[in-house]
Amino acid sequence: MKLELGYIQIKDIQFSKECKVENGTLYVDPDAVKAYLYEDDDVKAWVKDFSFDIAKPGESVRITPVKDVIEPRVKVEGPGGVFPGVISKVETVGSGKTHVLRGMAVVTAGKIVGFQEGIIDMSGPGADYTPFSKLLNLVVVAEPAEGYQDHKHEYEHAVRIAGLRAATYIGELGREVTPDETAEFETYGIKEGMEKMPNLPRVAYVHMLQSQGLLHDTYVYGVDAKRSLTTILLPTETMDGAIISGNCVSACDKNTTYHHLNNPVVANLFAAHGKTLNYVCNIITNENVYLADKQRSSDWTAKLCRLLDLDGALVSQEGFGNPDTDLIMNCKKIELQGVKTVIITDEYAGQDGKSQSLADADPLADAVVTGGNANEVIVLPKMDKVIGTLDYVDVIAGGHAGSLRPDGTIEAELQVITGATNEMGFNRLSAR
Amino acid sequence: MSYKVVHYINQFFANIGGEEMAHVAPELRDGFVGPGMALNTAWKGEAEIVKTIVCGDSYFAEHEADAKKQVLDWVKAEKPDMFIAGPAFNAGRYGYACATIANAVQEELGIPVLTGMYEENPGADLKNKVLIVATANSAAGMRKAAPTMAKLALKLMKGEKIGASAEEGYMPNGIRRNFFEKEVGAKRAVDMLVAKLSDKPYTTEYPMPSFDRVAPNKAIKDLSKATIALCTSGGIVPKGNPDHIESSSASHYGEYCIAGVDDLTAETYETAHGGYDPVYANADADRVLPVDVLREMEKEGKIGKLHDFFYTTVGNGTSVANAKGFAAEYAQKLLKAGVHAVIMTST
Repeated sequence: MKLELGYIQIKDIQFSKECKVENGTLYVDPDAVKAYLYEDDDVKAWVKDFSFDIAKPGESVRITPVKDVIEPRVKVEGPGGVFPGVISKVETVGSGKTHVLRGMAVVTAGKIVGFQEGIIDMSGPGADYTPFSKLLNLVVVAEPAEGYQDHKHEYEHAVRIAGLRAATYIGELGREVTPDETAEFETYGIKEGMEKMPNLPRVAYVHMLQSQGLLHDTYVYGVDAKRSLTTILLPTETMDGAIISGNCVSACDKNTTYHHLNNPVVANLFAAHGKTLNYVCNIITNENVYLADKQRSSDWTAKLCRLLDLDGALVSQEGFGNPDTDLIMNCKKIELQGVKTVIITDEYAGQDGKSQSLADADPLADAVVTGGNANEVIVLPKMDKVIGTLDYVDVIAGGHAGSLRPDGTIEAELQVITGATNEMGFNRLSAR
Repeated sequence: MSYKVVHYINQFFANIGGEEMAHVAPELRDGFVGPGMALNTAWKGEAEIVKTIVCGDSYFAEHEADAKKQVLDWVKAEKPDMFIAGPAFNAGRYGYACATIANAVQEELGIPVLTGMYEENPGADLKNKVLIVATANSAAGMRKAAPTMAKLALKLMKGEKIGASAEEGYMPNGIRRNFFEKEVGAKRAVDMLVAKLSDKPYTTEYPMPSFDRVAPNKAIKDLSKATIALCTSGGIVPKGNPDHIESSSASHYGEYCIAGVDDLTAETYETAHGGYDPVYANADADRVLPVDVLREMEKEGKIGKLHDFFYTTVGNGTSVANAKGFAAEYAQKLLKAGVHAVIMTST
């Protein structure tokens, strides 16, 4: 399966009566976007209002609480459309051509139903810890309708859909624009791949998906990952939004939809594909809370690794604590099938760095890449402008009573910053 | 005003002699000797070696107590800002002496210390107690070891925060510190996998710990006479979370009275835990802390009594050290109150 991505570099965003992308500037009419969001029944039922704002790199702006970050894309050639099974129909994606509005993102924010999170600072020390401080962000702040507290699952769904719809609407504006740069990605069939790369080690990406319930879910072609058996996905499918995030706790290591679209493991494996390894496919597996599910999912992951005759597997986790058990189960069982692993995780070693970083361990997990210690404390300066609300800073995962100080500074753990310790290996942050 | 350093070296680096002179007793000399010059030069006047202590490696090994006492007395008299030993590279007795004497100075005189040696040096066993710079396995590594040690030492003398082990050049000592790598994690992971698959060397960024297992106590013979306490890491708290237990990385635990409480309701209790879907726990906290079931058992005589207090914290992202600390404290309260067994629910 071959996919060509056409990158349209966005250098500015401006509100305007028109909606278009011209010479690298996105002109957008918030009312037009809002109308498009409200075409969805769930959004109509559960969102009282949306407000729109623009946050640019270097500005003294704080966005919080952040639900999702999504990159606008549009399928211009080939089967299916972006976000299959959620926005577009379920047709298989990952081939043909897709345009990407690079350098920007849609950020959904506002009151959410559980332990709100996270924070994106566009400047200051906090900006160093989130990749989203480097993007032009079109922020969509949602306000819940009356009675949403008794319908939290519905409200979360509505805000999730709203974000994806906004990204789809914006992405569509790039359909006729000529990309600034293109790149091609190809996955071969099993037999074809072996014939083309007979001497290269066969590697798959074992992609663990957060699936623990409200605010901890992930969707694949619209299917709740909790309900899915471990299965195979072609890497280019992720580039068209086959996997979307329904997950916003905790901020530092949850994978936003932006992370799924720009999965760095996929990108780096493709970069090595045909050179130092044969990138066979992705294996997606979940992180359910029931022991039987954990056993089944990890058994199936190891089974598929063996069936595919892999030499190696790169495993990325999402989340911490409970899913550390899934991570170690996967790693151990894959290794015992004779397939070598490297795992990517993050750490909760306490504010002093002295505690054990993972809730589970095994000597077979001897090749680990870490996204850093999420418990490390940071002090964020006051920002001139807040998009969203600071009301929840004290209770978000990583905050504490008194995190938001009277002088407007925030003392909290890195955990509160969206994407800070990402376990796909998106960032350069690490620990030793 | 520059910082004062006392430097400890062996007979070889003091140019007294090799193995045949390893028996020499400790000597105190003014200023720097041998490799001390490299350290002094690197500090460019910000710090200086005021005294050098030379001791034979065999002397230290065979008369450890005496050697320690002598060195400590000299260091105490000098009141330096820092004590540096070695670097010892792969010399085993020297490395042992460096780490041991550095540890003693640190513990007994409270002076910051630093040493350096090859990772396989037996002295490196003390790397979790004493800061040890990782060096090459021979004195040919002095060109790199001396500036690395000098730089780190100066930071310590200035009271600056030190970075991650990979950044500063010291042996990982069990304290995790964040830093920014040159490349993103995904690239590092792919490179690590390619190395592992071709049997080339690689270094894991996180060595797996070995966990201690807790042996369970003896089973209770007669439950009908036992006082059972309920505890949880599922974050169940009175409505409003009066003691502000954090939704993640809890800094404390709560102790709450349930005398007279038969059932937890949505009006009276909630969960503070940010790591699981809170909807069902908030609707009925008995789902995480089964007070209702234990009360029934109490009424039916299946258990003697449900303890009047429950202990709760949030397990989400909470460090093992903190969790251990909370339980050690409230376990004493449970013991004092005559509780026989605990049901600990987790999520």
